[in-house]
Amino acid sequence: MVLPQFEYIAASSLEEACKLLLEHDGKAKVMAGATDLIPPMRDKVFTAEYVIDLKKIPGLDELSYDEKEGLKIGALTTLRTLEHSPLVKEKNPAVAYAAKVIASTQIRAKGTLVGNICNASPSNDSAPNLLAQGAKVNVQGVDGTRVIPIEEFFLGVRRTALKPGEIVTSVVIPPLAEDEKAAYMKFAVRKAMDLAIIGVAAKIKMKDGVCTDARVALGAVAVTPILAPAAAAELIGKKLTDEVIDKAAEAAMNSCSPISDIRASKEYRKEMVRVFTKRAVKQCLEQY
Amino acid sequence: MHKSMINLTINGDEVDAVVKDNLTLLDFLRDQLGLTGTKKGCEEGECGACTVLLDGLPVNSCCTLAVECNGREVTTIEGLARNGQLTPLQRQFIDKWALQCGYCTPGMIMSATALLNTNHHPTELEIREAIEGNLCRCTGYAKIVEAIQAAAAEMNWEEA
Ligand code: FES
Ligand code: FES
Repeated sequence: MVLPQFEYIAASSLEEACKLLLEHDGKAKVMAGATDLIPPMRDKVFTAEYVIDLKKIPGLDELSYDEKEGLKIGALTTLRTLEHSPLVKEKNPAVAYAAKVIASTQIRAKGTLVGNICNASPSNDSAPNLLAQGAKVNVQGVDGTRVIPIEEFFLGVRRTALKPGEIVTSVVIPPLAEDEKAAYMKFAVRKAMDLAIIGVAAKIKMKDGVCTDARVALGAVAVTPILAPAAAAELIGKKLTDEVIDKAAEAAMNSCSPISDIRASKEYRKEMVRVFTKRAVKQCLEQY
Repeated sequence: MHKSMINLTINGDEVDAVVKDNLTLLDFLRDQLGLTGTKKGCEEGECGACTVLLDGLPVNSCCTLAVECNGREVTTIEGLARNGQLTPLQRQFIDKWALQCGYCTPGMIMSATALLNTNHHPTELEIREAIEGNLCRCTGYAKIVEAIQAAAAEMNWEEA
């Protein structure tokens, strides 16, 4: 089936891309990997008169690590790169894992983490880690740059806090200290080409056997990926015994109200949030 | 109707073409260049029948625009055999009965080619992961995995 008509523009600089995006606000779509752009355009989920390709803009495929800043993932850094990068595997294995469980080898060769969050699907596998680890989203607009905390980035299904003419240039995930561990667990029926029924990310900090800080984030249980502060609160200040972890998992379950759809019922999703919160926290602990 | 001039390398040959901006790489290959070895299944990125190599990496050509490939290198199933000589992988697909209707085969072979190009000793799990984006409705995959294993073994034997 032929795609609806549009004009393709390969922007050569960020300034040009932002200007075009603002000028054609509402009629233009930004393209990186295109894997989550072409199918919905074909299905007429949305239309675009202009497609602005970022791939010719130099410097956007950055992947670097700084002891203070953390892991920086550029707008054009592919999921495949994240999945295979020794740097990511060493510094933040949860991020490498979350990249690997997305779609298929072919999609990951083109698709990007930044594209994944900009498309803002409630079940996207990239967001829970970013939420649990307090990532920052670097944005370029016509009038300059700004930083959006990931907690404020998602507004709804396919809706983000980006303003007209704004483009995400990179995501920065703070470094994990010696005493901090993180994990992401995706629950899906199939290993490939399947969306998460639910996803759970956790990050914990341990000092002398006591959990001094924790964050738990959930995917596919609300219109956006969400944090579950009630679950984290059950962990903080305690020794992480099975009973404590059970209580946190219970809190995670009670803090979400997912929908029933083709993949799972509301009740099943809640139950799986409980199970996978437990597993995510335990996987963090196993890394010590 | 928006059109663009593109210049790219396809199976080693330089190609200049004028393409509609909304033309996918898949339709460009099949309809404009007559390279119909690359198959069209779902056009949604789900089945992998349209898999080609873009700068050496396996991608879904149905989720790629032709104009997006300007200046890049594309390899299709037609680009594998040399002087009428099939690659070990292609031959093993025949020898091991790794195809029935054959519709998934070009995509399977492109995914497996990409794997063997970078990993000469893949484990069974790595093979299954490499073809995770390729659906086969006939074979049940076992013969496909065997064919890829046999090709890897043969290539290692040739290396030694
Ligand atoms: S036709 Fe491209 S993935 Fe099915
Ligand atoms: S051989 Fe028929 S789909 Fe694979």
